[in-house]
Amino acid sequence: MWRTKTLGDLRPGQSGVVLRVSGQGALKRRLVDMGITPGVAIFVRKKAPLGDPIEVNLRGFALSLRRDDAVKIEME
Amino acid sequence: MGAPDGKVIALVGNPNCGKTTLFNALTGSQQYVGNWPGVTVEKKEGRMKEGGLRVMDLPGIYSLSPYTMEEIIARDYILDGGPDLLLNIVDGTNLERNLYLSLQLLELGLPTVIAVNMMDDVRAKGDQIDCGMLSQGLGVPVIPITARRGENLPALLSAVEDCLQRGRGPARRIRYDDATERAMGRMERMLNQQGVDFGGRNRFYLPKLLEDDGEIKDRLALSEEARRQMEQIVQDYEATSRYGDRETMVADARYRAITELCGEAVIKNQRPGAMTLSDKIDRIATSRIFALPVFLFLMFLMFSLTFGPVGRVLGEGVEALMAAVGNGVRTLLDAACASPWTYSLLLDAVVAGVGAVLSFLPQIMLLFFFLSLLEDSGYMARAAFIMDRLLRKLGLSGKSFIPMLMGFGCTTPAVMAARTMENEKERRMTIMLTPFMSCSARLPIYALFASIFFPRYTGLVIFAMYLTGMLVAILCGLLLKKTVLKEDNSTFVMELPPYRLPTLKSMGLHMWDKCKGFLIRAGTLIFLMTVLIWLLQHFDFHLRMVDDMSQSIFAVAGSTLAPVFAPLGFGFWQASVALLTGLVAKETVVSSFMLLYGCADKAALGGILATAFTPLSALSFLVFVLLYMPCVSAFASICREMNSFKWAGATVALQMGAAYLGSLLVFQVGSLLL
Repeated sequence: MWRTKTLGDLRPGQSGVVLRVSGQGALKRRLVDMGITPGVAIFVRKKAPLGDPIEVNLRGFALSLRRDDAVKIEME
Repeated sequence: MGAPDGKVIALVGNPNCGKTTLFNALTGSQQYVGNWPGVTVEKKEGRMKEGGLRVMDLPGIYSLSPYTMEEIIARDYILDGGPDLLLNIVDGTNLERNLYLSLQLLELGLPTVIAVNMMDDVRAKGDQIDCGMLSQGLGVPVIPITARRGENLPALLSAVEDCLQRGRGPARRIRYDDATERAMGRMERMLNQQGVDFGGRNRFYLPKLLEDDGEIKDRLALSEEARRQMEQIVQDYEATSRYGDRETMVADARYRAITELCGEAVIKNQRPGAMTLSDKIDRIATSRIFALPVFLFLMFLMFSLTFGPVGRVLGEGVEALMAAVGNGVRTLLDAACASPWTYSLLLDAVVAGVGAVLSFLPQIMLLFFFLSLLEDSGYMARAAFIMDRLLRKLGLSGKSFIPMLMGFGCTTPAVMAARTMENEKERRMTIMLTPFMSCSARLPIYALFASIFFPRYTGLVIFAMYLTGMLVAILCGLLLKKTVLKEDNSTFVMELPPYRLPTLKSMGLHMWDKCKGFLIRAGTLIFLMTVLIWLLQHFDFHLRMVDDMSQSIFAVAGSTLAPVFAPLGFGFWQASVALLTGLVAKETVVSSFMLLYGCADKAALGGILATAFTPLSALSFLVFVLLYMPCVSAFASICREMNSFKWAGATVALQMGAAYLGSLLVFQVGSLLL
């Protein structure tokens, strides 16, 4: 089955462009407030040593978020 | 020219933008500076060194959307508290995201000055920011500063005074994309027809309504009809974009406006995605191979320095000082021909009791020195990043890690450290579990009992106690997660701030702040409690002083309580009383046994305890000591942080229940096996 590509699918060292932020409520609000908006480029810097969360770079700063949160961010 | 007295300036900005540093520089007040996102949860106020302006330090926030407790506090204050001027501080090295908040602030129409901070870092990176152009685009004064070095603060102050005197808001308004402007225009006309009163804040309310801010709708008391018509406008708005959702579209509109502005005013030296110094440090500090060793090494270093030789020597210094004070008091009492009970009260209770607690001061200072070093440098956020996965399994998050770690030192500050957590559920859970981390005050009790009953395995027994505490915390965490605190809306979205070299001044202010709190507590609460215990130890119910301590109020209360502990193996009044006194400070359990059995030294006490306890009941007693309610000072801070008697009560019930069950299990199962 075809599935949308999300930020959770990117491996460390890869980057992509945000298509939209799905989901709702506080998490979505926080993600868009932090500048994860359509068209913005996100670079996945690394995974935490235990595999989760991940560290990403966007708009010139570093953000960490869990994989569960990252899959809410759809990529082009 | 001086600004009029009593005017209020609100300091607003993102977490980690140096807001608190600026606050300290402006007011010279004691205020903690941290790198942990959202460290100032309380509203702090100060008075400007010159001029008499009042400065309000608001929590660090990313947006004016009510998402976390901090954002609600800050927004309510800005909307209803009536500051005369907003001083918006933005991190020059992270301009885009910082300006996102600025746009929302400007829409309030209040007199506003923007300070672009960290200009030294901006220059070091080779970037350029044209503040004149930013000022033109935003319609308010924009002043470049470096708060840490006090650079350009006079210019900032005169801009603030100027702006206050004119008392006018931004000179121009930000224009968003056509679709957003059209939707807001339609909404404004419709709501005007409906007779909605914006109170002159149209420009703030309209985007908030467009992005679906429920609280704003309530604030404006919108009618059913207005809400219905608004939904229609929003539907049309969403249809103009392929993303098709209002929240994203409004945020996008704001970021677009910012990108446009920055495109003209900011020249970046580095290409995007290049390795910064922080990235290079993180290549080791959060790498797959080295992260855990580095982390464990730092923790080991911190604890061995705090609780090892350095802390101990300093602690002994304080003890020596208190002994000298005791001698001084004795000399004075001799001179005054004081009665015997005065000697006993002042020397045994006040000097000895308060002194025992004060001897922890150096260790507490050291602990906070290292903790503020870790926080201000930015490593704490990395520790949370590394530990999140593990802690999440217990219903906690990476951010719970710091309080839990501090719990091994002292529960009281550890509980306070949980303040920085944004998720209420996780914060409560962290506060409930932190007391299970065996604090340093429990160590003397383990050491005494282990040396009497398990002389060959002292280290092992003590280590087992620490492990038992962690194990119980894990079990309780799982239990709570499955029962009362189960709804899992937990997320972990945390900024990893750049590493920064902390200044000695800010660490000094932080340490002094914590020690001041501790000293005040030692001088008031602990002082009163030691006097109270002394009274209970030396008087009977007829308020007569007793020679034989077994007649005292404490002994009677202890005997009443003793049967409760019989199933645990220590159902005699001395043990009950010792545990009761342990509520003041756990380390007093040892000194209480000495007082109660009338022993002069630890060797004599060892002989008596060896007959009162069996090895099994001793072990059961230790488990009880490990798990039962933290001391009154920890309890006081739990009450304050939970801000609810129900939750504070639940925490105590959890500790007591765990202690009783744990001891019962050890004693009864042990009795069956032996």
